[in-house]
Amino acid sequence: MRGLWKTPGASIAGSALLAILLWQAVVSLAAPPSYILPGPYDVAETLITQRGQIWHHTWYTASEVLLGLALGAVLGALSAIGLAASPLATALLRPMMVFSQAIPVFVLAPILTLWLGYGIWPKVIMALLIIYFPVTSAFFDALMRTPQSWLDLARVMGASRGRVMRHIRIPAALPGLASGLRLAAVYAPIGVIISEWVGASQGLGYLILLALGRVKVDLMFATTIALAVMTLLVYAGVDRACRRWLDRA
Amino acid sequence: MTAPGLTLTGSAAFGDTPVFGPLTLKVPAGQWTCLLGPSGVGKTTLLRLVAGLDALTHFDGTITASDGSPLPGRLALMAQSDLLMPWLTVLENTLLGGRLRGDPPDKDRARDVLSRVGLGNHQAKRPGALSGGQRQRVALARTLMEDRPVVLLDEPFSALDAKTRAEMQDMACELLKGRTVLMVTHDPGEAARLGHKITVMESSGLRDVTPPPGAIPRAVDAPETLRTQADLLAQLLRAA
Repeated sequence: MRGLWKTPGASIAGSALLAILLWQAVVSLAAPPSYILPGPYDVAETLITQRGQIWHHTWYTASEVLLGLALGAVLGALSAIGLAASPLATALLRPMMVFSQAIPVFVLAPILTLWLGYGIWPKVIMALLIIYFPVTSAFFDALMRTPQSWLDLARVMGASRGRVMRHIRIPAALPGLASGLRLAAVYAPIGVIISEWVGASQGLGYLILLALGRVKVDLMFATTIALAVMTLLVYAGVDRACRRWLDRA
Repeated sequence: MTAPGLTLTGSAAFGDTPVFGPLTLKVPAGQWTCLLGPSGVGKTTLLRLVAGLDALTHFDGTITASDGSPLPGRLALMAQSDLLMPWLTVLENTLLGGRLRGDPPDKDRARDVLSRVGLGNHQAKRPGALSGGQRQRVALARTLMEDRPVVLLDEPFSALDAKTRAEMQDMACELLKGRTVLMVTHDPGEAARLGHKITVMESSGLRDVTPPPGAIPRAVDAPETLRTQADLLAQLLRAA
């Protein structure tokens, strides 16, 4: 029995059960009105009865997140390689990138909605913006940390800068890219939700605001759970892809 | 391939701190020269200067080949660390130099070289699956694959256990025959086994030591080799 808790599945299930019990305990003891804090049973019921609607909006948000992740990963990786290849680009662009991080990206959400409308694109761009820096930064730092002895060896071998980048620096830095992508996987949904709050007709952020307007707190909770599960699944997918292709033992 | 001899004349400084004083090192063509000395005396800096790698140290002097041609492109380097790329297989690591120059890969020759270092059956493995001695043999195979007339060795066997080290010394001797080898080492026994020429580097400069008689690699238990080893160690202790 004691060994069972060491398996990840049992540990997660036990932890979830404990959270639900605590939640139910608060609801039973404090007895808040259901429009303030619904109990686990009500929320579970809503999750089941409203599953069509929740699934539809989850899928919509998930596609925005995945598209933003893909674009942000590609753009971030290319930027990191460009910066690492050129000291001039690093000198000119790095301060700009760091400064841009002083702007809370959320203030851009209304502007993006103004420019790009209420569809999928302001959300995708928002996700892209929020993950661009972590991806670029993590990959760039790893690209700049290639062991000097490897670069020396390549130099004695008569390698060109481009081939050193392609055959040594980039492969050596892929674990760094992976850590940037793992961060991106949890940041991207935040950007998408913020953008959906500013203006959307679909998606989980939209559904949360809709439920709030109608004082359907149980639906808000159910939507939040759907969002959390979606984020975990995105993270698990990214983590798995990173282990498969980028990490090294 | 005719291997040229090397001559380094000059002094090196790091900022205002001298690294090694005015000195002249002659590396005879087609032979092993062992440069022996305590840590921090500047032997690795000297080797890196020959390799054209040290951009931070100011070198005032000349490094020339006996045939008058420039050295870059005619050197191969093998270091204490095997410098294998962990994401490449043994075969791909052996082919690294060609890949970095954009040459078409000569897999047949790489396989041949790998079987000569006794790793014919390990070509598809990654370095992580090999022992320290096997990894250093891959590094030797990669060095041989470069097929350069001058080979620079920077304590390449110092991280290996005694038995593996002796085996690697034998193998390197056989496979690098005819090339001009400059080996930096802090192991008197290694210098006594492998040096056609043995030079001790001290802060006061270089001093040649008469090597034991006989072809290299000399037997580990030959009395003359052991005596030279003991003499070298005594000299290192006196110099310290």
